[in-house]
Order: sequence, then C-alpha cells, then structure tokens
Amino acid sequence: MHNPFLGKDVISILDFDRKALEILFEYTDRARRYLNTKLRVLEGKVVALAFFEPSTRTRLSFEVAAKRLGADVIGFTGEEAISVAKGENLADTIRMLNSYANLIVLRHRFEGAAKFAAEIADVPVVNAGDGKQHHPTQAMIDLYTVRTLFETIDGLTYAVVGDLRYGRAATSFIYGLTLFKPRKIYLISPPLLRARPEVLETLRMKGIPFEERSGIEDVISEIDVLYVTRIQKERFPDPMEYEKVKGSYRITVDLLRNAKPELKILHPLPRVDEIDFRVDETKHAAYFIQASYGVPVRMALLTLILGGEL
Amino acid sequence: MSSEHAEHTLKVTKIRSGTVIDHIPAGRALEVLNVLGLTGREGLRIAVIMNVESRKLGRKDIVKIEGKKLKPEEVNMIALVAPTATINIIDDFNVVQKFRAEVPDIVEGVVRCPNPTCITNKSREPIKTRFVVIKRSPLVLQCCYCGTLIQGDEVAKLVIKHHS
Ligand SMILES: [Zn+2]
Repeated sequence: MHNPFLGKDVISILDFDRKALEILFEYTDRARRYLNTKLRVLEGKVVALAFFEPSTRTRLSFEVAAKRLGADVIGFTGEEAISVAKGENLADTIRMLNSYANLIVLRHRFEGAAKFAAEIADVPVVNAGDGKQHHPTQAMIDLYTVRTLFETIDGLTYAVVGDLRYGRAATSFIYGLTLFKPRKIYLISPPLLRARPEVLETLRMKGIPFEERSGIEDVISEIDVLYVTRIQKERFPDPMEYEKVKGSYRITVDLLRNAKPELKILHPLPRVDEIDFRVDETKHAAYFIQASYGVPVRMALLTLILGGEL
Repeated sequence: MSSEHAEHTLKVTKIRSGTVIDHIPAGRALEVLNVLGLTGREGLRIAVIMNVESRKLGRKDIVKIEGKKLKPEEVNMIALVAPTATINIIDDFNVVQKFRAEVPDIVEGVVRCPNPTCITNKSREPIKTRFVVIKRSPLVLQCCYCGTLIQGDEVAKLVIKHHS
C-alpha cells in the first residue's frame, strides 16, 4: 500500500485527497479494536505536544493515542508554554522540540504557526489548531463520523451552524467536505460571523453547491448532517447584538420536530448551551460517538505518519 | 507653459543607458521605486516624472534610471503597484529591450499580510511573507500562511516600505 501520510506534515485537511482519507479511515477502523490495549507500534518514538493555547480535549486525545501506540510523550500546555518559551520565539522552541521528538503536535493562536513550524522542523508537524484557520485532525474525526453513520460522505446535505468566521473546526469541516461530493452545504450563521472570503472562494473553485443563510428553521427538513459550533459572546462588539442572535442558533427538540428521522447532529465539543441537553437522548445526537473517535483517528494518523502498522 | 509643453520638456531628458519605466498609473511612481528597493541613496541618477498626460491612461508617471539595466525578475514586482507599467531597457540612447511587468506566481517578502494574527506578523520570528497569485486580472493574492485574500488596490497599500 502507498502511504500518503508517511513522514508528512498535517497542516490543513486540504493537503490531502479522499483517497488518502480513505486509507486513514481504514486504519481508524483497525485502531478501534485496540482502544484498551497498549501497543508497541511506535515504541521508541517520542511525540512532542506543544500546546501554546490551553486545550484539554485535543491534547488528552493526542496523548492517549500516542501512549496507546507505545510512544513516549513530552510537552507543555497553556500557561506552562509561556514559561517554557520565556520570551523565546516560536522558531527556537520548535528547533528544540525537533531535536527531542520524532513528531511535533502544535496548537498556537496565530494562523499559519503550524506551517511555519513545519518549515523549520525536520520531523513531521501535526497542526492541532492554528488560530481561526485549520484544525485538520478534527475534520478527519468529523468526516470519519459521517462515513461511519451514513456509510458515505457524498450526496448528503450538510448544515454548518454557528461561528463560521472564527471557528477553526467549522472551517476545517467545510474544507474537508470539499474533498468529497456533498449534495449541498448550508452555511448558517449571524451576518457578523459568516465564513471568510477564502473559504467561500474554495467552495466556488471546487464547484460545491452552497448557500449562506441566517436561520436554520427553513432548511431543517432537508438536512442530513447538522454540524453545530459555539457562538462566543466576545466575537460581538456590541453585547446586545449577541443577546439578539444567540437563541436563533440553539438546537432544541422543538426545532428537530421537522427534521428527517435520519438527521445526525455533530459538534466538535466542548459545548456550552448551543445544544439543549434534551437533544442528547434523541437518535439525532451523534456528538458523543464523534468524540469517541478522537483517539482512534489520531492513533491511525500517528501510525501512518511514523510508518507503523496496525 | 502649457502642460503639453511641460510634458515635452520632461520627456526629452533622455538617458544614455539604463531603464525607463513607463505607463505607471498616475501617482504611483514612488511606490514603484519602493518596490524596487530604490531609496535614492544608492547614488543612481533617477528621474521621477509624475502626472503627465498619456493617451492610454489619461495621466501617468514615468521613472527613468540612469546606469542600471533592470532584469525582468527584478522589475516583476512593479506589477503589484503598477499593473500597466512597461519597461524599456536603454542602451546608447536606443530602446534595446521592451517588456511588461508581470506578477510572479509566488510573491515573497514584498507584501505585508493584513491579518494581525497571521504568523508573519508575529514579532521576532525569522519569517518572510509569502503570497500565491490566485487571479491575475483583477489581481488576487492569498497568504500562504493564514489564507487571507487580498486584491486590487489593497495590494499596493500593503507593499512593505523600505527603510534606512
Ligand atoms: Zn497571512
């Protein structure tokens, strides 16, 4: 088998094609058999987790994935990162990690940080979120979830809801869908938080049918996959604006009354109140299944990049 | 003195050997020099002629550089601020070569990214900006690091100013 991930950086989901993702998904299917086993696939390898921004879910998921595969894990997160760096620039920190580790996982609040790190490091760099731009491993998990639930990613109608301007998970999911053939993507957000021009340009260039809208109600009956993200108060210059819109993007049992029976709701988590807790008990809720795929997808990815076998 | 006469007197200042950059959109001559990295302190004899009549453009700027024949790869960045510019290489008072400035596929270290949280705007990092040309007419560039699109007149405003 040709391994398109071998020794590669993972900066954006757009660096890959559906063929590559199909291989990743097959490896993920296999990784799911070993969730309670300590493997020796990456024995002797060191994975560095450099989280310049605080993160719990993504960091723990990478850490568990690496450890399940038998790798050693080093790294830092959030506040600790500030003392690690002690005014040092990113380039020098990356040079240090490059000399210790076989792979670097990086989260940083500047867009393009992972790409820059990859230009400096000899070892592969995996982007675990760069500012508002990319979160490719989240997109891999999201696409894998859709494939598992529907046995296909093509031909479905998607709605991506919430903060499409600053939300890197939403952006990456939209980018990921452009590698497939969705029937249509609805981009649903308040006007202030519309998808960025370069995202719309990518959709146009790839010929993906899409429509920007401000409300969910009118289209809920058409949707197969509802991808929900949080709208943060801080994004609004005027708090009154936030108060006005926040209710309109909340997913409730009431809203789902007009949904298709097979509609599935995805959310990159953590959520605050954008999905009513009563939705959790409906057959539409798929976000906990989605979260459970975080470790196996990352196990598959680390294995492929470092040339292991599952 | 009529403006036509003024144009005439400005144009007759022929150079013996060097480069004449013609058909620069009016008011952009200084930006052209900036893109070329010419500050005037290099000691070259440079004539900057601004806002003269032009049949093609209405009004235009001209830059004449005595004693330096610019190569196509040196002048291509001019297209970022002056897409209409034509470049004439002069030898012994004759035009020996004529070409247009064309934006290269990759524009490196010349244009600033307008996104404040782009890694290229982080202080103290050894990084140069890099843009890829998405469209040529009208010009659209995309930052290779943060994905931000910039276009048309915005590009000229983002050209990095040369200091010292
Ligand atoms: Zn940028």
